Amino acid sequence: MKFSYLKSTIGKKQVMAVAGLLLAGFVLTHMLGNMLLFVGADMYNLYSYKLISNPLIYLAEAGLVAFFLSHIVMGIVLSIRNKSSRQKSYAVAASGEKKASWSSRFMIHQGMVIAVFVVLHLLTFKFADKQQTTVDGVVMDDLHQLVVDVFQSPVYVIGYVIAVGLLAFHLSHGVHSALSTLGFYSEEKKSKIECLSAIYGWVVGLGFMSQPIYVYLFY
Amino acid sequence: MAEKTISLKLKVWRQKDAKSEGGFEDYSLDSVSTDMSFLEMMDVLNDKLILEGKEPVNFDHDCREGICGMCSMVINGNPHGPQTATTTCQLHMRKFKDGDTIYIEPFRATAFPVVKDLVVDRSSFDRIQQAGGYISVNTGAAQDANAIPVPKPDADEAFEAATCIGCGACVASCKNASAMLFVSAKVSQYALLPQGQPERKDRAKKMLAKMEEEGFGACSNTGSCSAACPKEISLSTIARMNREIFK
Ligand code: HEM
Ligand code: FES
Repeated sequence: MKFSYLKSTIGKKQVMAVAGLLLAGFVLTHMLGNMLLFVGADMYNLYSYKLISNPLIYLAEAGLVAFFLSHIVMGIVLSIRNKSSRQKSYAVAASGEKKASWSSRFMIHQGMVIAVFVVLHLLTFKFADKQQTTVDGVVMDDLHQLVVDVFQSPVYVIGYVIAVGLLAFHLSHGVHSALSTLGFYSEEKKSKIECLSAIYGWVVGLGFMSQPIYVYLFY
Repeated sequence: MAEKTISLKLKVWRQKDAKSEGGFEDYSLDSVSTDMSFLEMMDVLNDKLILEGKEPVNFDHDCREGICGMCSMVINGNPHGPQTATTTCQLHMRKFKDGDTIYIEPFRATAFPVVKDLVVDRSSFDRIQQAGGYISVNTGAAQDANAIPVPKPDADEAFEAATCIGCGACVASCKNASAMLFVSAKVSQYALLPQGQPERKDRAKKMLAKMEEEGFGACSNTGSCSAACPKEISLSTIARMNREIFK
């Protein structure tokens, strides 16, 4: 039997894990960047201006698209395979210690909601018409005003909170799962890695949640 | 101590053969001693069915002491029942309460087709083993064991992996019906010992390819396999397997 890395489930999972970890790094920096919302409109706009006026942004965006697509394609291919590995499901679900965590059982479902959210999110913030503003004599997009306008709607706030909540679950299982997939896991480090993974997920999730809630309540 | 007895409602999966649809049948059992093992309870049910002139429930078992890996069954959704580190044969009825309803199903996986009732065909495990779960040994007298030094931590980990009895509870519990815990235990057991080195380069790849060909799913690292494993084999064996394919 010939072994082919990308055809194997481990190969696919490792591609997915690397892409997932890079995306996890991206969402953390994205969340931290958004925290400038609490500093002030000018800082927020300046940060976004500096980011998008750097030519390297195209490389970064191409990378993000590649990570997203490879993660999604592998995720879907594996999920279809996994589903067909048990054609008849159990009448009763597992309980107690033999039951897997909620986040680990619904990775593909969280992922699909995240994918839809990402598209809507790009349409709302990246590809929307923006007003202009001037900071330190430089004319730039008033992203801050757009964010404030969008999050006046409770529907947007709730939708956003749900989506990033699912991202928190996705990452709290995803980070330690990816580490295990890549072979970094041992009995001694197990509980530490799992704990850090959950902290990572919820720092990202709660950080993202704080921003629309703040805008909705205080603007 | 006075013997305690309980009454149970059983919903048992009955399936005539691999091709039949199958479904749950209801049975009730009274005065089940809480000192019985789960399989002894099944024996009592079967005695009753035979006396009534009905077909007894088919289920796998052999040693009844938790070492052969033949017993199976998914009991109320849990492979080998609610208790961890236990095979069905070692599960006692004192874990259940009077009046309980117990669902008893076969291990379910595409790669473990039902043969009859609760009996499934786990020969896919044998074929995975044949694909790489072996070492090459010359004929003749075995050399002195102490002539091959093995670091104690490696010996311990290899031993832990080797406690796998191949029952298939890992597959039964996994949402993907993946055999990764089984395969990684077998791979680990050889990867850690000097005797396993000659075939090491290909072993994980061959066994993984066979596992996939048999129709088992991929690993999602949910950890339910390790929780259901009667020998509590660690998820870290799976991480080792993920490294072994680069050897
Ligand atoms: C910012 C967005 C995302 C991040 C940061 C992220 C991160 C991760 C990470 C780190 C993993 C663990 C990989 C592993 O188990 O080896 C993972 C798993 C997974 N992701 Fe994502 N992901 C994102 C979006 C998505 C999307 C859009 C989908 C699909 C539509 C998706 C589907 C999945 C699935 C199915 C798994 C589990 C695979 C399995 O069963 O083992 N993810 N994700
Ligand atoms: S019958 Fe041998 S392990 Fe249960």
